Amino acid sequence: MVYLTRKIEFSASHLYHNPALSAEENRRIFGKCNNSHGHGHNYALEVTVAGEPDPVTGMVLDLKELKEILEREITERMDHRFLNYEVPELNGQIPTCENIVRVIWNLLEPKIRKGRLHKVRLYETPDLFAECYRNGGSGR
Amino acid sequence: MSDDLKIELGRRYRFSASHRLHSPLLSEEQNWRVYGKCNNPFGHGHNYVVEVRVSGAVDAATGMIVNLADLDGFVEREVIEAFDHKSLNEDVEAFRERVPTTEYVCVEIYERLKQFPLAKLERVRMEETSNNAFEYAGEEIPDRLRSSRGEEQ
Repeated sequence: MVYLTRKIEFSASHLYHNPALSAEENRRIFGKCNNSHGHGHNYALEVTVAGEPDPVTGMVLDLKELKEILEREITERMDHRFLNYEVPELNGQIPTCENIVRVIWNLLEPKIRKGRLHKVRLYETPDLFAECYRNGGSGR
Repeated sequence: MSDDLKIELGRRYRFSASHRLHSPLLSEEQNWRVYGKCNNPFGHGHNYVVEVRVSGAVDAATGMIVNLADLDGFVEREVIEAFDHKSLNEDVEAFRERVPTTEYVCVEIYERLKQFPLAKLERVRMEETSNNAFEYAGEEIPDRLRSSRGEEQ
């Protein structure tokens, strides 16, 4: 098994606010992330695909194809967007790293037809990230 | 579709500390041969990076495995305050007897952070420099390698 990883970056804004909670609770739980006008990050996404190299091409998955999938599914959807208001997949969810990474997994998994999606890691800042993988898969 | 997905949160922290690699089990010559310039009697320092990984259910109300303020506060109290701008050999009890290689520092930090009550600690990764990294995920280790803190429990 070989693991192939491709990185992309996108920039987006978001805010954390749960309408079921009071203004005070929102402020207490989410702190400055609750600022009603939102704020932004340069997100970095690492997508890892696992598989056996094709005996003819030597590739697990053509990187060009993976690049196009990431462009279509992630960059076009999320780059320079306000995640709360412009990404329907996040409707009703707080756009934390944990929730965004799960949305990204669900967008990508059915599109990857050679090899299989192994891991998705999303950096919100260089010091904060969330990672998503199938239970029983490696978190490494 | 995503029922069997696992989500982990990763957070990176930094501290600066000095250490000296010197084993009482080895002679002066052996220490020098094994540790080289890291055996310098006056010690030397690093800017360490600690990457902490936790897992747990993502709370539907907050979208979080754990509130970062709680994780940051715990790591600050348990690790950063104890290690930052300290001599690991002299100021951290666990390294009075044990060589403060980053392997052991990683294990010691794991032992401290596994007490975190709000999420499951998955692993600790330490970067001693930008070229050296160590990881520990709580695998069984022989008693002689356990921290003094661990032995007290």
